[in-house]
Amino acid sequence: MQQLFYFIRKFRYFLLFLLLEIIALTLTIQNHSYQQSKFINSANFISGGIYNKVSSITDFFNLKSENKRLSEENNHLKNWIEKNKQITVNKIVTSIDSNNYSQKYQYISTKIINNNYSKRNNFLSLNKGTKQNLKIDLGVVNSKGIIGVIKNISANYATVLSILNSNSKINVRLKKSFHFGTLVWNGKNYNVVQITDIPRQAVIKVGDTIITGGKSAIFPEGIKVGVVKNFKFENNQYKEINVSLFNDMSALSYVQVIINYQKNEQKKIEQNNFDE
Amino acid sequence: MNNVVFKNMVRFILLVLFQVLVFNHINFFGHINPLIYITWVVLFPIKKNKNLLLLSSFFLGILIDAFSDSGGIYTAAILFIAYYRLPILEMVLRKTDFDYVLFNIRNIPINKLLLYITILTLLDTFIVFLLDYFSLSDIGIIISNTILTSIFTILLSFFGILLFTKKNK
Repeated sequence: MQQLFYFIRKFRYFLLFLLLEIIALTLTIQNHSYQQSKFINSANFISGGIYNKVSSITDFFNLKSENKRLSEENNHLKNWIEKNKQITVNKIVTSIDSNNYSQKYQYISTKIINNNYSKRNNFLSLNKGTKQNLKIDLGVVNSKGIIGVIKNISANYATVLSILNSNSKINVRLKKSFHFGTLVWNGKNYNVVQITDIPRQAVIKVGDTIITGGKSAIFPEGIKVGVVKNFKFENNQYKEINVSLFNDMSALSYVQVIINYQKNEQKKIEQNNFDE
Repeated sequence: MNNVVFKNMVRFILLVLFQVLVFNHINFFGHINPLIYITWVVLFPIKKNKNLLLLSSFFLGILIDAFSDSGGIYTAAILFIAYYRLPILEMVLRKTDFDYVLFNIRNIPINKLLLYITILTLLDTFIVFLLDYFSLSDIGIIISNTILTSIFTILLSFFGILLFTKKNK
């Protein structure tokens, strides 16, 4: 026993180092798995508050591009309304069945207060949290395309697992042919992401548009992602399909969070399939 | 004595804020962000009792990790260089005992100071990128990132130390 105490006293500096290093490495490994929510994250009131203050100053720098994007989106939506008017005028609506009018998705507007895109595993911060109805595992988009999925949340702030993260895997498909794949990122260029698991029957050409697949309960189908930049076809299989994003991930400001009201229903029925 | 404590507290807060608010968003050449928080380990007073350095480095790392949502990569790296700081300094200066009271990092020759900062920075950045990429198949990109980031970190922290610290005569 005495020798044990002697040992501890002699090596206490090393043991302290070992203890702290093990804590740090545990946190790191936890960060690399998608399932576990993290113990230490920036969705707390101190870092959230500081980021919020700083972003209220730096916001002015991308006001111009943000205005342009908004105007383009308005234009797009107005044109879409005009097109639909033409269709509904010719239809006679007789009965209203409330089942047909339930809302599946709701968009909540928030702002990105901390943007990262240069690391291997990038996270963003939002200035809304549980008080504004946000939850974990909700999709984040803007008018140009997808951005990520909410990972950690506090009362007023949330962190987003960016699509520029090694843990991000998002179901996407070709706009023209319903072949599905998975969107991943290899960490090299923040404007270019990759698609894996696409079946070899799919016909891919450079310039094809990629949209979200809608198989997961997070993103609705048809949200824009990017266009195919280049790809390799070796041994009858697609390799390294590079997709250049529509979004400029280095300049993000106002974004929308998508709430899916039928998520639990979908999850439940999918779970039933697994159980059988 | 109190003056030293106060100075180090201010330095701690300033290093965290500058790292997370300014230097994490520089994105030089698209992706290079200098890790200036290393100067904490370089400048921390050399004492017989080394536990304080380990504990303070741990909290500095945890704070930076919390702000940048990176798990524990900065903590692991800064702890490692904090633990091996004294052996490295002994190696650089080629002596084994220090005058713990009067030792000032600015009084050592400038080329040795640069070597000391370089070794600490290279070790720290290598661990950061290794833990961030977390796969040996990316070893090429890990090494190139380590070297590029280290160059800017060394330049910034070296001139920062020359500018903001005083020699004692």
